[in-house]
Amino acid sequence: MKKRTLLKTAMLSGVLSLALTGVSFAANPVLKIGFVGVTSGPAAAWGISNQRSMETSADWINEMGGVKIGDKTYNVEIVAFDDQKDPKRAIAGMEKMAQEGIHYVVGPNVDDGAAAVRPVAEQKGIMYFPYAFPKSLYVAPASNAVLGMVANYQSGPAIYEYLMKNNGIKKVAFVAANESDPLSQRDGGVEAAKALGLNVVSSNVTYQVDTTDFTPVLLPVVKTQPDLLVLSGVSPANAPQLIRSARELGFKGLISTETAQDANVLKEGAAGLANGFISVGGASTPDLASDKMREFVKRYTAKFGEYNDESNTKVYALEYILETLKANPAALTDVAQFKKTMDTFEAPNPYMVGDAKLKYVGSTSFGQKRQVSVPLVVNVYKDGKFETLFVAQVD
Amino acid sequence: MEQIIVNGLYLGAQYALIALGLTLIFSLMNVLNFAHGQMYVLGGFVTYTVVAQFKMPFIVGLIAAAVILAVVGALVEKYLFAPVIKKSKREESTMLLAAGIAFLLDAIILLVFGEKQRGLPKIIDGVFNWDFIIIMPYDRIVIGFVAIAMIVTFILFMQYSRTGRAMRALAQDKVAATLMGVAVDRYSMIGFALGASLAGLVGGLLVSITGINLGMGGPASIKAFIMIMIGGAGVISGAIAGGFILGMLESVGLTVLAEYGDITYLVIFASLMVFLALRPQGLMGKPWG
Repeated sequence: MKKRTLLKTAMLSGVLSLALTGVSFAANPVLKIGFVGVTSGPAAAWGISNQRSMETSADWINEMGGVKIGDKTYNVEIVAFDDQKDPKRAIAGMEKMAQEGIHYVVGPNVDDGAAAVRPVAEQKGIMYFPYAFPKSLYVAPASNAVLGMVANYQSGPAIYEYLMKNNGIKKVAFVAANESDPLSQRDGGVEAAKALGLNVVSSNVTYQVDTTDFTPVLLPVVKTQPDLLVLSGVSPANAPQLIRSARELGFKGLISTETAQDANVLKEGAAGLANGFISVGGASTPDLASDKMREFVKRYTAKFGEYNDESNTKVYALEYILETLKANPAALTDVAQFKKTMDTFEAPNPYMVGDAKLKYVGSTSFGQKRQVSVPLVVNVYKDGKFETLFVAQVD
Repeated sequence: MEQIIVNGLYLGAQYALIALGLTLIFSLMNVLNFAHGQMYVLGGFVTYTVVAQFKMPFIVGLIAAAVILAVVGALVEKYLFAPVIKKSKREESTMLLAAGIAFLLDAIILLVFGEKQRGLPKIIDGVFNWDFIIIMPYDRIVIGFVAIAMIVTFILFMQYSRTGRAMRALAQDKVAATLMGVAVDRYSMIGFALGASLAGLVGGLLVSITGINLGMGGPASIKAFIMIMIGGAGVISGAIAGGFILGMLESVGLTVLAEYGDITYLVIFASLMVFLALRPQGLMGKPWG
């Protein structure tokens, strides 16, 4: 008898605790947003900064009581999938998102992954926000991909033009990793540089991403004596080493890239040799960041121990998804409604000071609005920090 | 040409040191340690943490990397490889175990040290520039000489110390060594610990030059395997020769083939296939193992 009472008590406690847990979870319905990207291997930094930005924002939203879309308030849940930078895994990730009933996915991070998931996304009714540049993803008849950042063919010409005017550069050299993204970015950069009248003195030198000594790689490039050395599509892991090797080889010109970088990684890997390095950033340089951006950085740092400057760009995709859904709640389950709203959508940009707006752009590059409008903030690295070189808008 | 040779020697010295640990483990236990690259990465992160986070001297970071990796190696051998070798006669069992350990270490490194590239300030500033014929930063020259000194120390240790002789005996003939009183279990563990320690030391040495990140483990293992395939698996002199040959091939390829794009490793792999078809045991290996 005593044993039976004990059993009953245990069962009752179990049911009660489950019910209570259920109550706390059931306070708001859950809105699942997916992430498919690379969070392992050499390019892990790109995807992890993506995923962590989304998780930080989701925690923050949930802590504030959720996000109100239409007449319901939702808690945001991030469903993440590591595609290991493998297109086959990216497809599997997108299929998993479809099985979970997710209609909005951030990622993939690289060109081939973003291209591979396109049929799945279009077939299963998923809008996805890749960080990949091929125009075919965004030009009709493609319609489900929204570029989550500024593309190199948009930022490159702006940077080269600025440096031509302000620094008088005439000769440019390109070096890229032997992978699809950096190579396509290099080709785009070469085309843009030639169109601006720059003399491209070297563009065929490439390197393996696992290179440990860049001196032999850069030796033939430095010998061409360019005014500007462009590290096309360089990963944060390779950037400090390339900068260091170039400077050690006596290169005195400018060095730039069109990818986002992390100031601390540059500081540790290249220290003072990285001073003057130009890269594309987001909106958290001290003069541009809003209070909300500063709070985001604080929360991210508290949650993960260290902030990643790449998240200055990665913070935007989730914000765009949620704000667009707020603007048209019918888009929660119908991506056609989302696409319709994209044409007219506009909301204040909470991460920048001033009257910057969140809106979809891309008409000039893609013939349709399939790009989030993030400010083109071009940074220059100096003594462990990024300083804003100039800011521009893209369409 | 002079620059190509210097680059090749520098690369060769660091590569040889990586390959030594791998070939030592293979010679003693017949284990292809796919986690060798991850051990190299772990050593780099340990040195980084000791120097950058705990603000201790670089040499302390190096010693910490060597000691911690030796302990990791000893534990991995005692609790993972030794039981599997005893229970299974199939070679793929240890290969699968090694691959599993590589994945495990990757996951642990991501959790503990994060996804970012890490690096340490140069140990010596300045660049040696001989009239633009040879350009080499001083820190690389120092690291190159330290790597060569370590290789020499390792050879002397294996040649003249009691432990080294016991391990060589074990590598040559396990049964005969056992009959002569060599404690197989003990020296296998010491050998594995020494191999892992060498990997950690290289990671620690190079963190001030190349930096370290999560993704460097796999490629480091692949390069180490190429080196011991060239030199002959399980032969110490072969690993050293393999390291210097690969370093030189890479240096020559990156300069001579630069105008054709990044085909250096394509050429190296193609040459390696032809070479192994002609001499599968490598330069210094024996056909019978």
